[in-house]
Amino acid sequence: MEHLTLVIQALQERFAAQRCDFCGDPSWLIDAAQLVPACRALRNEFGFEMLACQTASDYWPQMSPRFHVVYNLHSLTHRTRLNLRVPVEGDNPVVTSIVSLYPNANWHEREIWDMFGIRFDGHPDLRRILMPYDWEGHPLRKDYPLGYEEPQFTFNFDEIARRKHRGRYEEA
Amino acid sequence: MSEQTEITLDELRHLVSERALSGETVLLNMGPQHPSTHGVLRLLLELDGETVVNCVPDIGFLHTGIEKNMEAKTYEKAEVMTDRLDYLNTVGNNLVYCLAIEKLADLDVPPRAQAIRVILTELQRLASHLVWLGTHALDMAAMSTFLYCFREREMILDIMEMCSGQRMMTTYFRPGGLWRDVPVGFETAVRQFVRIFPARIDQYESLLTKNPIFLDRTKGIGIISAEEAIRWGLTGPTLRGSGPNYDVRKAYPYSGYEQYDFDVPTATSGDVYGRYVIHVEEMRQSLRIIQQALDKLPYGPVRSNNRKYVPPPRSELGVSMEAVIHHFKLWTEGFSLPRGAVYLPVESPRGELGVYLESDGGPKPHRVHYRTPSFVHLQALPLLARGHLVADLVAIIGSIDIVLGDIDR
Repeated sequence: MEHLTLVIQALQERFAAQRCDFCGDPSWLIDAAQLVPACRALRNEFGFEMLACQTASDYWPQMSPRFHVVYNLHSLTHRTRLNLRVPVEGDNPVVTSIVSLYPNANWHEREIWDMFGIRFDGHPDLRRILMPYDWEGHPLRKDYPLGYEEPQFTFNFDEIARRKHRGRYEEA
Repeated sequence: MSEQTEITLDELRHLVSERALSGETVLLNMGPQHPSTHGVLRLLLELDGETVVNCVPDIGFLHTGIEKNMEAKTYEKAEVMTDRLDYLNTVGNNLVYCLAIEKLADLDVPPRAQAIRVILTELQRLASHLVWLGTHALDMAAMSTFLYCFREREMILDIMEMCSGQRMMTTYFRPGGLWRDVPVGFETAVRQFVRIFPARIDQYESLLTKNPIFLDRTKGIGIISAEEAIRWGLTGPTLRGSGPNYDVRKAYPYSGYEQYDFDVPTATSGDVYGRYVIHVEEMRQSLRIIQQALDKLPYGPVRSNNRKYVPPPRSELGVSMEAVIHHFKLWTEGFSLPRGAVYLPVESPRGELGVYLESDGGPKPHRVHYRTPSFVHLQALPLLARGHLVADLVAIIGSIDIVLGDIDR
């Protein structure tokens, strides 16, 4: 526990982290520009060797900035976990990639790009991972409709394919 | 067909080495319909003769959009989908989802429900390890192990069916406890299983552990060091095969695991054989946990009686107006959780299975994300496979214990 207090103190002083007032796990809001230095310090100085989980959440239309990218870092030696949240603007969302620090962020970031359309600066291979490579739109965004898609059969295959490539969903 | 359905070579150029472009090495497509990829996994292999130079996993063939679908359903209805993620660890997926809801809602689970949850999760772990052991041995042409493993797995699925009415997609754990109490005969069935199973593990071991063909195929194959394993976020038997002693059940106990006495087996070799040894030893430890949980299985209710989250039993509906109101509210609108977000890990048979659950205060989840161990482990496959033969690649895929439903979600 003292370890975690030290970590939080350092985060607040050096990287201007703010406590996020959610219930559940305590998490720390951190500026996108401070993310990589903060992660580097956490990994090298405070023993957070493992990136347990990385995901994102969309708060459209209630909140601005629209997205939060959520990191769950895990220290095996100290048996502690730490949640970081990075707010990202809705138009042209970009975060710096942490693949150089935590190699397993590679697929997590590809998944976030695929599902939310958040770009990761410095990512070695930012392609779609779960959806087909020519898919348009980012399904886990709140403004992406659920279902109501016309099934593609032989008789209407071309028509739907044409419609698909016309760009139904605007890139934010 | 539109002309855009084929990916151009330029887009894949950065994935392969210069030697592949000059034709010195061969690009080979493995899967997605290949029996030894344990599902619909496609691998793009770059081969020098029979040696793997690089391997690029391509996933998403089983993507069902469960995370998006869950956002459109109430908490209790969304739970049914969690079974479909990792179809070999269905009660484990229910468990982690229920624990996350219980943490957000601050909901208590009665001790009997907790003990039954532990028994069933450990039985599920055995069933998953049996499928793993059977198919892993089958990949290396040991057919008989597969048949023996599925014989015992059937006994576990019978117990699941006895409790929930379903062999696999149980949805037996509900927020606040269980769907209903276990039936008469549950204890006898589990006790009988626990009695016969140790001898069966010895039987599998007699087929594989000292089998020279199996040893040749597994020792020194797919080695990963402890530091690399941690850097790549590996957990579960794959991590413990390399040395670090990390098990969520010990590190962050949940559902009363702190009451049970069990060991976390580790190996230092970090190869396919090390991971095999750990899987087998984990089966023995799971049996110990089941035995202890059965011995002190408490009596009492199996579901919390907090009526804001848990519907009243059928018997109350005829006599209490309040029960009728709660019943109506919970089955039409569903319950609401306070606004907040949790990340909660449990130990699935494959490793750390975490759920990130976020609530906006309404009756439907704002965001559910499953951090699945298979997704993280498959990422490290190129690292493990480089420099090995194609035949060994099959052993390595088997050893990291992936389930494609778990990866693609």
